[in-house]
Amino acid sequence: MNTELLGIVATYVLTLIIAIPLGKYLAKVFAGEKTWTDFLKPIENGIYKLAGINPNQQMNWKQHMLALLTINSVWLVYGFFVLLYQDKLPLNPDANPGMTPDLSFNTIISFVVNCNLQHYSGETGVSYLTQQFVLMFLHFTSAATGIAAAVVFFKAFRDKTTTNLGNYWEFFVKAITRLLLPLSVVVALVLTFNGTPSSYAGKDQFISMQGDTVNVSRGPAAQMIAIKHLGTNGGGWFGANSAHPLENPNYITNMTEAISQMIIPMAMILAFGYFIRKRKLANTIFAVMTIGMFMLLIPTISSELGGNPLIAKMGISQTTGAMEGKEVRFGPMATAYWSTITTIVSTGSVNGMHDSTMPLTGLWQLLAMMINSFFGGCGVGLLNYFVYLIVAVFISGLMVGRTPEFLGHKVEAREVKIAAIITLLSPFLVMAGTAVASFVFMHYGNADWAVKPGNWLNNPGFHGFSEMLYEMTSSNANNGSGFEGLGDNNIFWNVSTGFVLILGRFLPIIGPVAIAGLLAQKKYIPESAGTLKTDTKTFALMTFAVILVLNALSYFPALALGPIAEYFTMIK
Amino acid sequence: MKNQSNKLFEGALVQTALKQSFIKLDPRIMVRNPVMFTVEIGTLIMAYVTFYSISHSGQGSVAYNFVIFLILLLTVLFANFAEAIAEARGKAQADSLRKTREETPAKVVLPNGNLEMRSSSQLKKGDVFICETGDTIATDGEIIEGIATIDESAITGESAPVIREAGGDKSSVTGGTKVLSDQIKVQVTTQPGESFLDKMIALVEGASRQKTPNEIALTILLASFTLIFIIVCVTLKPFADYANTPITIAALISLFVCLIPTTIGGLLSAIGIAGMDRALRANVITKSGKAVETAGDIDVLLLDKTGTITIGNRKATQFWPAAHVSPEQLLKACVLSSLADETPEGKSIIELAKSHDAKTSVTTPEGAEFIKFTAETRSSGINTPDGLRIRKGAYDSIRNIAQKAGNPFPAEVQERVEAVSSNGGTPLVVAQNEVVLGVIELQDIIKPGISERFERLRKMGVKTVMVTGDNPLTAKYIAEKAGVDDFIAEAKPEDKMNYIKQEQALGKLVAMMGDGTNDAPALAQADVGVAMNSGTQAAKEAGNMVDLDNDPTKLIEIVEIGKQLLITRGTLTTFSIANDVAKYFAIVPALFIASIPALQGLNIMGLHSPESAILSAVIFNAIIIPMLIPLALKGVAYKPIGASALLRRNLFIYGIGGVVAPFIGIKLIDLVVGLFA
Repeated sequence: MNTELLGIVATYVLTLIIAIPLGKYLAKVFAGEKTWTDFLKPIENGIYKLAGINPNQQMNWKQHMLALLTINSVWLVYGFFVLLYQDKLPLNPDANPGMTPDLSFNTIISFVVNCNLQHYSGETGVSYLTQQFVLMFLHFTSAATGIAAAVVFFKAFRDKTTTNLGNYWEFFVKAITRLLLPLSVVVALVLTFNGTPSSYAGKDQFISMQGDTVNVSRGPAAQMIAIKHLGTNGGGWFGANSAHPLENPNYITNMTEAISQMIIPMAMILAFGYFIRKRKLANTIFAVMTIGMFMLLIPTISSELGGNPLIAKMGISQTTGAMEGKEVRFGPMATAYWSTITTIVSTGSVNGMHDSTMPLTGLWQLLAMMINSFFGGCGVGLLNYFVYLIVAVFISGLMVGRTPEFLGHKVEAREVKIAAIITLLSPFLVMAGTAVASFVFMHYGNADWAVKPGNWLNNPGFHGFSEMLYEMTSSNANNGSGFEGLGDNNIFWNVSTGFVLILGRFLPIIGPVAIAGLLAQKKYIPESAGTLKTDTKTFALMTFAVILVLNALSYFPALALGPIAEYFTMIK
Repeated sequence: MKNQSNKLFEGALVQTALKQSFIKLDPRIMVRNPVMFTVEIGTLIMAYVTFYSISHSGQGSVAYNFVIFLILLLTVLFANFAEAIAEARGKAQADSLRKTREETPAKVVLPNGNLEMRSSSQLKKGDVFICETGDTIATDGEIIEGIATIDESAITGESAPVIREAGGDKSSVTGGTKVLSDQIKVQVTTQPGESFLDKMIALVEGASRQKTPNEIALTILLASFTLIFIIVCVTLKPFADYANTPITIAALISLFVCLIPTTIGGLLSAIGIAGMDRALRANVITKSGKAVETAGDIDVLLLDKTGTITIGNRKATQFWPAAHVSPEQLLKACVLSSLADETPEGKSIIELAKSHDAKTSVTTPEGAEFIKFTAETRSSGINTPDGLRIRKGAYDSIRNIAQKAGNPFPAEVQERVEAVSSNGGTPLVVAQNEVVLGVIELQDIIKPGISERFERLRKMGVKTVMVTGDNPLTAKYIAEKAGVDDFIAEAKPEDKMNYIKQEQALGKLVAMMGDGTNDAPALAQADVGVAMNSGTQAAKEAGNMVDLDNDPTKLIEIVEIGKQLLITRGTLTTFSIANDVAKYFAIVPALFIASIPALQGLNIMGLHSPESAILSAVIFNAIIIPMLIPLALKGVAYKPIGASALLRRNLFIYGIGGVVAPFIGIKLIDLVVGLFA
């Protein structure tokens, strides 16, 4: 157990060691300051020239959002049709079929929004062409979209009063050329040298010791697995994701993948501090997120290492902890660590099956995705956090007897309205989605769909409820992991989560950027003794309380009927 | 005004408020408050469910439903009562002011010159009436002819009479005050029903009360919380179906009402009204609720030196004889020259002389001729029959007199003059027969306790700026001594204006107080402009508050009232939301315990039964509103301890307290409810 603990401590420490300088580097890159990667400038200039972009053209927040939505819709249309007709296109050595329209709808949205819900299995559902030129392409662009949106947000607070928030295309291109692409090359090489396949050949075959012929899917997987983590995408090459031995062959690859999914979300927070020259504020935010992470991680580890009480009741000793759904080569602690980080940063890749984790672990996983801002997805984590922060600023501003302000800008009705809508959106999508699913399950069990509603739960009862709740929560958080016991490839789940995904992605980007843009336009008020400082421990505590209370209040009844009921039933 | 009632609930007011609580049930009025409006809808549904359960089964017993209905109705009534009592108190306050001026007869001067008696309510803007000794002034107006001493105690509580005269900055009179001597002609300046007081009454009564931007933002936030809980409650139905748990409508509505922020929702408007009421109690009439709120945000406070920071006038504090002049000689000359000087400075010279030598003669020599102060000579004095020509005045004017006569201006006197100036004093030079005798030092007397108030303001984050006509040297000295942060010396009216604009350009909010017509532009420009009631009509029109007491330090109180208003809102919001945690632990296990016995594990309060758990939660939710009414009306205490410390303090009391209190409260209520079950 001590080696297991050492493993995750080492993973965490390495993550920090990489993330800290990366944050500083990112701030410089996006501020246009000199960095050692400036040799890539000609390539960027080539891209601008090719695309007819003037990277010096300043945009306001509306223009930024328009650019973001436009380019994302182009990819949506492009990917939808390629997935639909992938069977007729080249690079399909395993002769996999084209997707049904509803599955294609779900898949393309899911990848455009950085979620990667994957209602298909990589081995049989997609071709090499779609894996590489639709899914992996979107791994890059969706991560860059989030990062670019976050940089727009940074820009809003760098100057005192401004409407010029930089150029969207420049941020977007730089996110890829200066960050995602170089890092992906490094990670992909590490994975390849440790045994992850990287060839275009079709299925391989071997004859097992029992004498069965086994077909083994492979393909150019290493590069995709690199970016799926770096970009907090999570959509793997194989159906079993990073629990698959080819996707995650050994402990080194496990650490590499765990580290790569955390470094950009962490670095973005620090970059914010360097960029707006308020490092204390960024450090405070970082601290809140770290505390949140550990508050989820520690109970997760403890519930997994404790083993299953039902098995214990049978008199079976579980010295290694709860092993159901875990990979023996990683052990429960590494899976517990992974399950926490993958849910807080919205990666959604797994190295063990979440469906098989203990009920309370399921609770922490769900809560992590509901909060969705303890580091959070690439760039968007900070945006999600910002919405909570505005609510905290408003309430605590009142509590100290001053019209609330953030970084010298007054927070007034309009900003509060946007923050309120975004706060409202998540519970609405998650709870309404789960409610409709429960309703369909109860009353239309025999609907003639690919998976009949009556059959879509592997486990009825509380766990089945958790499966549906998890699916909706994961979609709304753009996480992409699943309680995989759910039969989700049918028109209901494909379409409903498709809508949850797209709303759960773009509104929580537009909202905070709009607030930031509106605040940036306002008159700057210098700090005085009566100003509430947002970089203090007290305010950090306030934000933390807002995050906890808002989420607890929104989701408590649903959680009570899912993991909490399951837990109490289990320990009885 | 002096007989202000400090009791929160006076019998008569409570009666009015009770009646109003029912009148306010009208959905057209309720809809203005989205949170309480949803409770009212819940109440109506419960009324229906109660009837339904008489003839049908499955929704619980009639009695249980009826009790829930009653408690919900009470919740709405309590919230209405909070608003009504705040209105009633404000109104009573304003009424007592208004009473003084109702139906006061006025002698109106008709165009043909005749006089006609008219009651004050019939006076129109532009009418002219005459007031003589003993008359009560019928309505607000401006003196166009004459001068009078007026007793303003009915309005200000200050018994010393004041002088008001036509022209200048002291021409304004207020209805309800009494003329003590002389006769004045007054022109009515407001239409009936449009005086400041009338406006204030309308604001307090709610008819014209507009929500402030801040209140709107909070309402939006509360509405979004309400919506979240609508989602939670609506989706609970299919969830419960999935778990094969029937949930009664009563339970669902109870959960909903408990979760939505009824505490702050119910008290929100009461808090706003009470804020204005507190301003009124401080004898400040505000023209809008927004002004009070803005006052809490003030960054810069402009204060006139005279009357605010220093006690009205300068006083002589020291005699400085020139070399070769004996102190007695100077003293005598000073006294002689000041005998006829009626100015406060002159009087203070005599006082100082007496304190030096009690036997100083203050009798005027026969046949003496007094020389009055004029703007040209800038000196005054006396010519005695025995040939003494004594002059006292500004340094340069006396120097001119001496030098013209061929006498030198002694170097040590010159030095003294400079020393006095740099100490914040004003030097008066005294000469006898064109020979300089010495210097009288006049000093400003800083009000006792004023520097503590500035310190308090500094802790609140408010910068204080002293405005004075003094030279920069004097101004600097007084500014330092009084503890203000900045000063404007040799201030002209436009300097004030420029200073305000400059600060506003930096994003700061500026407050100032003024009375003169030349203050009007600056009063209008300032974010909070407080006009003195004794000031001119123009000044009163330009500002957004009027101070009935004419007390220049009132701004400090107004800032605190503004802050208190926001703090009360913020803390009660926090309290209200924090309460929900405990309510969840009461209601959620109660909802599901029948079909999922394992959820007993969530019943950490060990509540008696599902029914009593739900009842206890709703009862707690209802009674917390009246329990907090006193806090809403009085406001949460404001302590200038810095923003972070204040947040820590309020977060601890109202956040943690808000989590803990309902756990205790609900458990206690459950114990009582358990006795009946």
